[in-house]
Amino acid sequence: MTTQSSEAMNEQFDRRTLDWYIDKLVEVIVFISGISAIIFVIGIFVFVTMEGMGFLFDSFSFSEFFGSEYWEPSDEDAPEYGILALIAGTASVTGLAMLIAIPFSLGTAIYIAEFSTGKTREYLKVLVELLAAIPSVVWGFIGLTIMNPLIIELFDVPVGLTVLNAGIILGLMAAPIMTSIAEDALKAVPDRYREAAEALGATRWQVIYKTVLPAAKNGLLGAILLGVGRGFGETMAVLMATGHAVNIPGSVFDSVRALTATIAAELGETAVGSEHYQVLFTIGIFLFLITFVINLTADLIVRGIKNQ
Amino acid sequence: MSVEAMPVENLFTESQLNVKNKKIQSLYRVLFLLMTLLLILPVLIILGTLIVKGGSMISIDFLFTDPVNGMTEGGVFPALLGTVFLVSLALLISVPLGIAAAIYLSEYASENWFTRAINLAIINLAGVPSIVHALFGVGAFVMFFGFGTSILAASLTLAIMTLPVVIVSTRESLQAVPHAFREACWNMGATRWQTIRRVVLPNAVSGILTGVILEVSRTTGETAPIMFTGAVFFLPFLPQGVFDQTMALSLHLFVVTTQVPNVPEQLPYAVALVLIGMVLLMNSISIAFRMYLRSKKKW
Repeated sequence: MTTQSSEAMNEQFDRRTLDWYIDKLVEVIVFISGISAIIFVIGIFVFVTMEGMGFLFDSFSFSEFFGSEYWEPSDEDAPEYGILALIAGTASVTGLAMLIAIPFSLGTAIYIAEFSTGKTREYLKVLVELLAAIPSVVWGFIGLTIMNPLIIELFDVPVGLTVLNAGIILGLMAAPIMTSIAEDALKAVPDRYREAAEALGATRWQVIYKTVLPAAKNGLLGAILLGVGRGFGETMAVLMATGHAVNIPGSVFDSVRALTATIAAELGETAVGSEHYQVLFTIGIFLFLITFVINLTADLIVRGIKNQ
Repeated sequence: MSVEAMPVENLFTESQLNVKNKKIQSLYRVLFLLMTLLLILPVLIILGTLIVKGGSMISIDFLFTDPVNGMTEGGVFPALLGTVFLVSLALLISVPLGIAAAIYLSEYASENWFTRAINLAIINLAGVPSIVHALFGVGAFVMFFGFGTSILAASLTLAIMTLPVVIVSTRESLQAVPHAFREACWNMGATRWQTIRRVVLPNAVSGILTGVILEVSRTTGETAPIMFTGAVFFLPFLPQGVFDQTMALSLHLFVVTTQVPNVPEQLPYAVALVLIGMVLLMNSISIAFRMYLRSKKKW
């Protein structure tokens, strides 16, 4: 009798330990998954650095790499790897894109968050979300087939694949994402701020300009920075729309070549482990570090408002 | 002086300043509306152009035949199938991993520097340029792990790239489940995992699904990460396993636009239309699903 009941009790106890073990096992599994993001970010840095290491340690010269505008990797006698022109290409396209995307995305975000109401707001939000979903290769295709002849005709220039083309494409591409983030930042401003200002007799625009925008300042800055990061890292669209010519642009009608596009265009042609191959990975490290810094800054700025 | 002495109409007309401020307000309102329209309209026009120029080529045949004659004729079947393979395998990897990571962040992690580091890593993973993900895929999966350029290597690269989408959307839907639900379950003597499995996940499953559909759409359009890890320009046969290379719709659009000579003008438009149709369809399903959920919400 007594043994039976204690056995039964044991059994009960066993079942509970099983659940307890499962619970612990799950905790370990989800913890490992939880830190996977950290592992992957470190992994990206390590593996990209590993492939580019040969060049970094052997023949890397800071002044030549960043200071020379000659990107001549296929010159057999004296290949030259200067990314200055590529940086200028990326910077000019991203800069023009931001000139377009920043006012438009902020304006759209303000309209959606502060002026529109009800159904209109819902529709606009959905539309913006759908715009953000268009793949970058489709944007590149649009730049190549629709924008290219349009620019040639409108401005009477010989080539339409230019800073202007890629800048517009990239601006249209980055704007929806920036709009969503900026709108979130505006929504995060408590309604009592608006109510207090309205109670003082302020018009809607005065409420926005004097109260909402200052309160959402950091979030909006974060949105802009993330847009810059996106522009910097965009690959397919700039590969197809810039004209892909190594060149420091003098005007928006010049063709350029971007850092990302160079990797995309040349990685397939290089022999694994060759110097050219390693240089492309070195550019990858550079891109990784830049976007890392941009994202980190955006995060610190956005977090700044939360701590206030 | 009594109130009657004041002219009545002055009580109800607005001051000069008020009129001016109202004018400024409507001016800005119109300005921002114009900006919104200027942002949205060009894209709608572009989409319209795609439909007009490529629409006539789209047919069941176009979707289910092979490209022939150096990719200048025929359909997109192998590319379509390749994209389905790549996306499915990427989902098989990233969805369980992403959900588990979100469970950790939502149910286990406490507010400290370590959790902040994880969140920062997620933001960074989402912000790393796609071409750097491609370099990582080449360095890690193609070379180091020896998968070669294969569906497996490409899918792994895609999975890691889109992991943040799953984590963020899943975490949001987990956190939307009221805390009282968990407490009620714990009070019944359930372990943490039992609570998550029986109470939290069932209540969050539709939100998680919305995020997964969104990820499908994101993964479908990616080109740079698969260019060097597993997708090829042209393949005369269909892939037989995860270690084979494959064609992909997004890369196919790049190829027929820039690499193949003598392509009929309509063909790239049609390919772009199929790709964008797939992506927008997935996105619309995800949005509709989310709206339906919001209207059904019980708490």
